[in-house]
Amino acid sequence: MTTIATNPLVTVKSNSAPMRNIDPVEDLIALLARLPGYGRRSARRAVLRMLMDPQRQMLPLADALRNAAEAVLPCDVCGNLDTRSPCHICDDPQRMQGLICVVEGVADLWALERAQAHRGSYHVLGGTLSALAGIGPEDLRIQPLLARIEAGGVEEIIIALPVTVDGATTAHVLMDRLGDTGVPVTRLAQGVPIGGALDVLDDGTLAAALRARRPA
Amino acid sequence: MTMAFPALRLTRLMLRDFRSYAALDARFSGRVVVIAGENGVGKTNLLEAISLLGPGRGLRGARMGELGRDGLPWAASGRFETALGPFDIGTGTASEGGGERRAWMLDGVAKKSSTELAERVAAVWLTPQMDRLFQEGASGRRRFLDRLVWALEPAHAREVAAHDHAMASRNRVLAQGRADPGWLDALEEQMARRAVAAVAARRGLARRLNTVLAEQRPLGAFPAARLDLLCPIAAALEDSPALAVEEGLRARLAQQRRRDAAAGGAAEGAHRTDMTMVHLEKNQPAALCSTGEQKALLIATVLAHASLIAEARGFAPLLLLDEVAAHLDQRRREALFAALAALPAQSFLTGTDVGVFAPLQGVAEGFSAASGRLETIAGFGVPEPA
Repeated sequence: MTTIATNPLVTVKSNSAPMRNIDPVEDLIALLARLPGYGRRSARRAVLRMLMDPQRQMLPLADALRNAAEAVLPCDVCGNLDTRSPCHICDDPQRMQGLICVVEGVADLWALERAQAHRGSYHVLGGTLSALAGIGPEDLRIQPLLARIEAGGVEEIIIALPVTVDGATTAHVLMDRLGDTGVPVTRLAQGVPIGGALDVLDDGTLAAALRARRPA
Repeated sequence: MTMAFPALRLTRLMLRDFRSYAALDARFSGRVVVIAGENGVGKTNLLEAISLLGPGRGLRGARMGELGRDGLPWAASGRFETALGPFDIGTGTASEGGGERRAWMLDGVAKKSSTELAERVAAVWLTPQMDRLFQEGASGRRRFLDRLVWALEPAHAREVAAHDHAMASRNRVLAQGRADPGWLDALEEQMARRAVAAVAARRGLARRLNTVLAEQRPLGAFPAARLDLLCPIAAALEDSPALAVEEGLRARLAQQRRRDAAAGGAAEGAHRTDMTMVHLEKNQPAALCSTGEQKALLIATVLAHASLIAEARGFAPLLLLDEVAAHLDQRRREALFAALAALPAQSFLTGTDVGVFAPLQGVAEGFSAASGRLETIAGFGVPEPA
């Protein structure tokens, strides 16, 4: 559960070590099937395809895996995954380093980067609070965020967490902790999606959009 | 039920490997359909299949894995006639998802979810399991109530689930003794907000239902009834704005942490709502009424609910009444049949004894069910021309 702040390559090593190589193909399928988006069936299909041409499809992949595992590490500042720490975003003088967008995970950071809408930096929390999954405030990277603020230069914190019960709970706790710092805190707006028709929106989103209306 | 709405009518039902049915192709032309047969021949399964043509888990609330005959993938499809023409709905085991996922089709086109079906199909039902509604614990009544709300406000289910999630999280945090006050504050705020929203929806439903119940008096042998919520949050909403109620609940939750931790659960919240019905002529709560009177109260409620759905959707929903004649005396039975015959809604009735349905001869279409088959009961009656 608490793999958040650890280097992912450590986890990979410790998992593969105790495995007995009875059947390398089965091992490979089992390892692939653990990944998100893969089930046993799709893992088997991928492995079969690779085995058709191991020289061109497997060894380059193995090299790429090794390279990525050895080169990628979490950024000490924001928690992003990159080949260097501080990462290229935290290190970019063109970006507004005082404008910090707080996200749940690196996937959300990537989504925001794809949109090219955020010109500031990020802070990856590494999850949301979940009592049922045993993730408490101390398991999230809240302390490093407070440390960044204490170091100075932070002008605004943008909370971009999922709009679920756990996400809202996390946002609430976060705002509570940030309250003492005096830094302005904002949240992403909720409402009508771009290109979206009103009549298909659910009631909750429509009501939120109405509440968040603004002068045209 | 005051319904001047066009009715939804099921004219054909096809089943494959559903519960006790290997295969079934049944055609219905009646507005009242009677299905008679001994215990265990699959009468309720048939009603369940019909209830699954709409959104939700049907009248048994069953899981996917329970529905297939011998665990096989199952399918059910229905042809419906409406004032706006016919349409077909199919549902069953999805080809992917290991038998746990359900697929839907509308007019032969696959639909990702059942939301579109909700606009086309609606059904209300009464089953023998509900006979004990007023004797069993509050949770059964709360589920009954929530299902009534949910049929009219699909977002209600999400609100209740969010409340329960926040509450379970709070219980866990309290139990672990890792009482981070900020975390608990956040969970209590979520819980209070969702609780008030959920209870407000329940309260709204109770009001609308009571309005219809009050108008429904001419149903003869059916008692005039009122549905009362037993819920401090609902009571608070009577004289305070929702935001104030929310704030009050949040503050009380914060005060009661120690007590809730010791008790292993929250003393207040949307999970504590209970309801009762009052037999108005006797001024008696349902729990003190006779079994037959309780059944009559439930029938009145279900019919009132059907007319609320008709108002909201613009068509009268299907009425699925399982073993409905049980516990009713002859006077009430005849009053029920007369009421059903006068409604625009299509109703499906089951019973073990075909003789009970004798007053419906000439009005209803009769079938006898026997081990996975349906056969027309000769001479039971010719359905009125459409």
